[in-house]
Amino acid sequence: MPLVEIFGLGIFDSITSQRGYAVVIESFPYFLGGAGYTIALTFLSLSMGMVLGLFLGLGKLSANRILYFLSTAFIDFFRGTPLFVQIFLLYFGVLPLFYDNDPISSAIIALGLNSAAYIGEIVRAGIQAVDPGQQEAARSLGMNQRQAMTYVILPQAFKIVIPPMINEFIALLKDSSLVSAITVPELMHRGDLVFANTYQATWIFASIAVIYFVITKTISTIGDKVERRLATD
Amino acid sequence: MNRLARLFLSTLLVVALVFPLVGCGGEQSSEKVLKIGTNATFPPFEFQQSNEFTGFDIDLINAIAEEQGYQVEINHMDFKALIPGLQNDKIDGAIAAMTINAERLESVDFTTPYFDAGLIIAVGQDNDTILSTEDLKGKKLAAQNGTTGARYCNSVKEQDPATDVRIFDDIGLAFMELEKAGVDAVVNDLPVTSYYLATTENTKLKTVGEVFSTEEQYGIAVKKGNTEMLDMFNEGLEKVKANGKYDELYDKWF
Repeated sequence: MPLVEIFGLGIFDSITSQRGYAVVIESFPYFLGGAGYTIALTFLSLSMGMVLGLFLGLGKLSANRILYFLSTAFIDFFRGTPLFVQIFLLYFGVLPLFYDNDPISSAIIALGLNSAAYIGEIVRAGIQAVDPGQQEAARSLGMNQRQAMTYVILPQAFKIVIPPMINEFIALLKDSSLVSAITVPELMHRGDLVFANTYQATWIFASIAVIYFVITKTISTIGDKVERRLATD
Repeated sequence: MNRLARLFLSTLLVVALVFPLVGCGGEQSSEKVLKIGTNATFPPFEFQQSNEFTGFDIDLINAIAEEQGYQVEINHMDFKALIPGLQNDKIDGAIAAMTINAERLESVDFTTPYFDAGLIIAVGQDNDTILSTEDLKGKKLAAQNGTTGARYCNSVKEQDPATDVRIFDDIGLAFMELEKAGVDAVVNDLPVTSYYLATTENTKLKTVGEVFSTEEQYGIAVKKGNTEMLDMFNEGLEKVKANGKYDELYDKWF
């Protein structure tokens, strides 16, 4: 890929170039604005993904053959095709059929549907990881399936899925860089624009990588704390 | 370890050491190779057809290389990656309908011009509000990253901050955006826009207004200070213009 090629030999030239340093300092607030878009995008997409993912996960465990089929088909498609392809397919192909779609809402939908598929699998695995004895105990207390799920299984599954959910959050945050291709003004896109005008690849993309890293490291640290708080064993 | 294992491993070691040497001293081509960078999604200047690179720029660089005794290796990349590619010695030259301007001259050197540039506005078929460059203010514009079209759109934005400028890495995507009415206009090189409308038998888009920025011209770019390569290209370009090959290619494509 072209960006990888550029990094190759020029790294030392670019690092010692005074202009590169100056470009980053000047563009930093611009990049931080982009980071704001990235975080907001990820939050909104993840929320959509969690709601939809919960239903998909339950659907895959459902005895209802239609629900099972729909959930499985959805998860298979969105996990089985590249996110980059999904973004273009939705942005230029599918979404225009429904509304006058702009980049940002299209990005949220694309990222949301994609993460829903992964979260669906996380939810399914989390539910199945709860001791089957809990299900038996709940039913023998007279609860029906739905009550058992709501009051006994899901709350326990919740704790189990936190680490993979944090992973998904971080993965989604990094994957959100792909929507730069449809001109969402997030972090990667802004770096791209500054690069096209100044050619300072190493300085620009190194600083952008640092910003992404700071965000993901913060999230994983918070995730660790949450996990520890909820640990009862 | 046992004899068989040792035998196997020593054979593997010998093969591993000898194998790279097989690559050396292989057929050394008698012609020198020029690594030429381009953004091959810009017909009719450079594009891909049945897995081959083709177009006016491609034919031209091949003609120049032939005159000067080189073989051409086309390296396709994003337009914005061409100048960094030259700076980092990834490519020896770049031909990509690249306009010679003061901004770029700070980073690279250009040959003598080989084509007259000119930008044109493309809009949706039913658009009656944009008739010239004056009407671009405050509208939604699209262009390709790193091009003079993008630079023009940004200058409109500077004059009227209400203008929305959307920058795509590929001009094809910008045209698709225009077709789905995500933007009001695309600012791009005249020959490329015309070619796009003609070959797709386009009923959704049209061009409006006069051709502008016509005082500019395309050149072949080389790394700044690489006078050897620059002279080589200029010499080749002159020969190609002098012996009629240039006119032949021009008639072929335009």
